[in-house]
Amino acid sequence: MRTLHLKVLRDLARLRGQAAAIALVIASGVLTLVFSVMGHDALSLTQERFYAERHFADVFAEVNRAPRRIADPLREIPGVAEVEPRVRAPARLELDGFDDPIRGQVLSLPDGRQPALNQLHLREGRLPERARSDEVVVSDGFAEAHGLVAGDALRLIIGGRLVEVRVSGIALSPEFIYQVSPGHLMPDYERYAILWMNESALAAAYGMEGAFNSLSVSLQRDADREAVIDALDAALARYGGTGAHGRDELFSHEFVTLEIQQLGMMAVVVPAIFLLVSAFLLHVVMGRIIRGQRDQIAILKAFGYGNLAIAWHYVLLTALIVLAGSIAGIALGAWTAFALVDLYMEYFRFPELSFRLQGWLVLLALGVAMVAALLGTLQAVWQAVRMQPAEAMRPPAPERFGRGWLEGSALMRGLGQSSRIILRNLARHRLKSLASVIGIGLSGGLLLIGAYQLQAVSHMIDQQYRMTLQMDVDVAFTDPVPPRVAGELRHEPGVLAVETWRSAPVRLHAGARSERIGLLGMDPEPRLRRLPSAQVGETGLPTAGVVLTDYLADQLGLEAGDALEIEFLEGRRRTVTTQLAGVVDEPMGTGAYIRRDALHRLKGEGPAVTGTWLLVDSEYEEALYDSLFDRPEVASVERVREAEANVREYMEETVLVFAAVFVLLAGSIAFAVTYNNARIAYAERERELATLEVLGYSRAQVSWVLLGEIALVSLAAIPVAWASGTGFAWLLNQALTLEFVRLPFVITPQLYGFAALGIIMASTLSGLLILRRLRGLDRVQALKAAE
Amino acid sequence: MNAIVAPAAGSGRREVIFHASGVTRVYRMGEVTIQALRGVDLEVYAGELVVMLGASGSGKSTLLNIMGGLDTATAGEVRYRDQDLAQASERVLTTFRRDHVGFVFQFYNLIASLTARENVAIVTDIARDPMPPEEALALVGLEDRMDHFPSQLSGGEQQRVAIARAIAKQPAVLLCDEPTGALDSQTGIRVLEVLAHINERLNTTVAIITHNAVIGEMADRVIHLRDGRVDSIVENPQRADPATLRW
Ligand SMILES: Nc1ncnc2c1ncn2[C@@H]1O[C@H](COP(=O)(O)OP(=O)(O)OP(=O)(O)O)[C@@H](O)[C@H]1O
Ligand SMILES: [Mg+2]
Repeated sequence: MRTLHLKVLRDLARLRGQAAAIALVIASGVLTLVFSVMGHDALSLTQERFYAERHFADVFAEVNRAPRRIADPLREIPGVAEVEPRVRAPARLELDGFDDPIRGQVLSLPDGRQPALNQLHLREGRLPERARSDEVVVSDGFAEAHGLVAGDALRLIIGGRLVEVRVSGIALSPEFIYQVSPGHLMPDYERYAILWMNESALAAAYGMEGAFNSLSVSLQRDADREAVIDALDAALARYGGTGAHGRDELFSHEFVTLEIQQLGMMAVVVPAIFLLVSAFLLHVVMGRIIRGQRDQIAILKAFGYGNLAIAWHYVLLTALIVLAGSIAGIALGAWTAFALVDLYMEYFRFPELSFRLQGWLVLLALGVAMVAALLGTLQAVWQAVRMQPAEAMRPPAPERFGRGWLEGSALMRGLGQSSRIILRNLARHRLKSLASVIGIGLSGGLLLIGAYQLQAVSHMIDQQYRMTLQMDVDVAFTDPVPPRVAGELRHEPGVLAVETWRSAPVRLHAGARSERIGLLGMDPEPRLRRLPSAQVGETGLPTAGVVLTDYLADQLGLEAGDALEIEFLEGRRRTVTTQLAGVVDEPMGTGAYIRRDALHRLKGEGPAVTGTWLLVDSEYEEALYDSLFDRPEVASVERVREAEANVREYMEETVLVFAAVFVLLAGSIAFAVTYNNARIAYAERERELATLEVLGYSRAQVSWVLLGEIALVSLAAIPVAWASGTGFAWLLNQALTLEFVRLPFVITPQLYGFAALGIIMASTLSGLLILRRLRGLDRVQALKAAE
Repeated sequence: MNAIVAPAAGSGRREVIFHASGVTRVYRMGEVTIQALRGVDLEVYAGELVVMLGASGSGKSTLLNIMGGLDTATAGEVRYRDQDLAQASERVLTTFRRDHVGFVFQFYNLIASLTARENVAIVTDIARDPMPPEEALALVGLEDRMDHFPSQLSGGEQQRVAIARAIAKQPAVLLCDEPTGALDSQTGIRVLEVLAHINERLNTTVAIITHNAVIGEMADRVIHLRDGRVDSIVENPQRADPATLRW
């Protein structure tokens, strides 16, 4: 048996080009799996550990002002484990050497110690000392952006009062893994801060002595969360509660979780597609390689090697290739996953990364690759050993050419002899040719979905920021103000147009389903914020009823015309019934829209606005931004183009890295497959080509016989790539439709072009490599070798 | 039956090692059927050296392959000693080939990725009582080319490797399909000497297919095939020493 093992190594050395190409396919498939699953696992594990370690609360509630003494009895609500009342205050910050306005929120800590829930992870320094009212802990993103260290001075303006403080520590919180100011999508660490200070100090500054306005609650193991929320709402309503909610409605948690979910979906769909394609390719390619060894199998059989021994020999050969590919794939996958998660760390403030390579993942990756490759191998070995050795050993009889339809056709007659050989070869090996076409086509399909991801994300951002959001600046007020106040902004220099809006926190009910959302009251025909829909686009908002993002309507199980209940979570907390007037197709986020006058009517209030959109002369934008910020009623100012740039950057750094990795891998696979295909075609034709040359054909004609075949197969693969790529993209699209982001399913001609170009480039490269080999074709050697 | 079966003198003493009767072999290729063997009756005795002659396409290789368990007869009876080869399972045939038969193929069929020595070793690895591969290669005069790959050897050298491979396992039966086809007469004779030597020293039964009638002189019996049948069997009263052959 020793010699047989030696043969494995020799064959590997001889097939090194093809073996490397196969290993590349395996490595790519395994890489996508390990990369996606590990990346997803690392993020979710990190999140889970951070939450557990820092006692992240399950339920949150905000009130206007409630006496402290009512907090303790809330512990008696069945299912409640821990209750942590606190003070939350909006603040402005001033920092020497930084002129832009900074906003933030200050949260209270029990004097001198960690709270029971949402504990801080101190990255540096310590908590404020018990008796001190001038120490704060700052969020690490903000500290990092400004290079703050413990001991640095800050000026806070809380409730109109100036408070001079010093940084005692820098911390992370499970509540603020994703830190954005209210109403924003992307973090701005320079201009938004989260601070923690002693409760006595904050309460004094904010006028909340003996009271709280924010509540965190943790639940017992099998608590009924909805029941707890209802009980809390009932208890807090008279203190101006805006509705308790689970952590799933906390923006940070929601965003991080959705991102993780999205990664999780990608981690299933993308590797599944990649692995399936690699498996198919492995199957085909290994099969063809083994079939090329038919005579060797016959020799081994003739000398008394049993089928098992022979099968084992080829299993070993295959296993070595698979192992090499898998190990490379696992190592590179882990490495890229680490890089990806590292990117996320810039956006998600976690104390440390939990990173692990799970055993099952390694086994799965290895298993899928092994099974696919071995199936191809064993099938071919089986075919070979079933033959009588005497038969298998005969030099392949000159193959028979059927006089099919091809022969008589005008096409054939019009072609030169070499081209006719190409067509005959393809027609004769119909199955083999078909497998090549499908294989190359599938690899082209992979290219297409890689590029699709890139394009879909950018298309989605375009849709959101170019089609929907037409305003330059989005201003939100701290409290509802009379429309007149917003109107005043019209006279600020540089303001070209103003449109006001009123947002009200509501819970939408449809049967048993409900959803908390800000109901946005707008002008009848909003021009600065379009509603992309056939129903609403032209005529504006309907006079009565609510318009929802189609995704939200689906979630609530509603169709246009259905009745819908709105529970207002502020003011008089009315519950009213209206109808779903229409849906809008929005790719990002969810929204509920209504005419502002209708909103006032339903709510039973007079005209009021909570924000305004501005169209601004870009020359004045900077100055306007500063002056808006100085207005006391202004809570936040968002520059939409800047937001767009931030969103794009975020997408580029996360999703696009993902997609780029896949395009790269798909490219390698396409190359590996075309190369293998060309290489095998060469091996199968070597004798024929040498014979043609001996018969007096020129090198060019002989090359054309081979390259023409490769070219034809590749061209035929392009439509397959389009079809399979479209299918893959659709699958991916379905999988990625999550609450936050719904990628539009748009396949542009560019994508088709990209896939086609990828195949053509891979084939050209392979063709060139084969051409080099063909130059070195040793006629004598090729004809002499009787194998 | 038009075969003139000349019973070997004193055949009663001799043990029959191969017995074939009514052996046919039909190749089916789509619509066409080719009758390679049309009813072969033949006995081969233990320890004898037979030469098979016949026109191209007369069925020599087919018959040899069936005797060696590389192929199975379409109909008829084939026995090796007591063992039925016609009905034998694939597994039984594999064991039979491994334990009893050495082959030299018409097209050498060396494994391209293995050196001469390794091509021999791949057989001795699984043989019961082999000679070292080096010794077998020395017997065919290739002691200097042991580490060369088939592509580095001439056709004749490849054929000699194939012969070394067949004899190295010291089989009970040695089946050679045109072992000297690609050799000059001097090397050819050298190879025939090796075969005769093996036959005499180890009492190996040897069957040699050839187109060269002269080689028949070294045989105990010469079997003529024609059109898939045994046409005649001629017994040599005296075996010639291969060294004395000239062509
Ligand atoms: N696998 C096969 N398929 C079809 N026909 C075959 C096959 N093997 C042999 N034949 C046919 O059977 C007949 C006998 O072939 P065989 O190889 O036994 O002849 P041979 O006597 O060895 O000829 P040669 O001296 O040329 O080697 C021939 O007509 C041949 O074409
Ligand atoms: Mg023959």
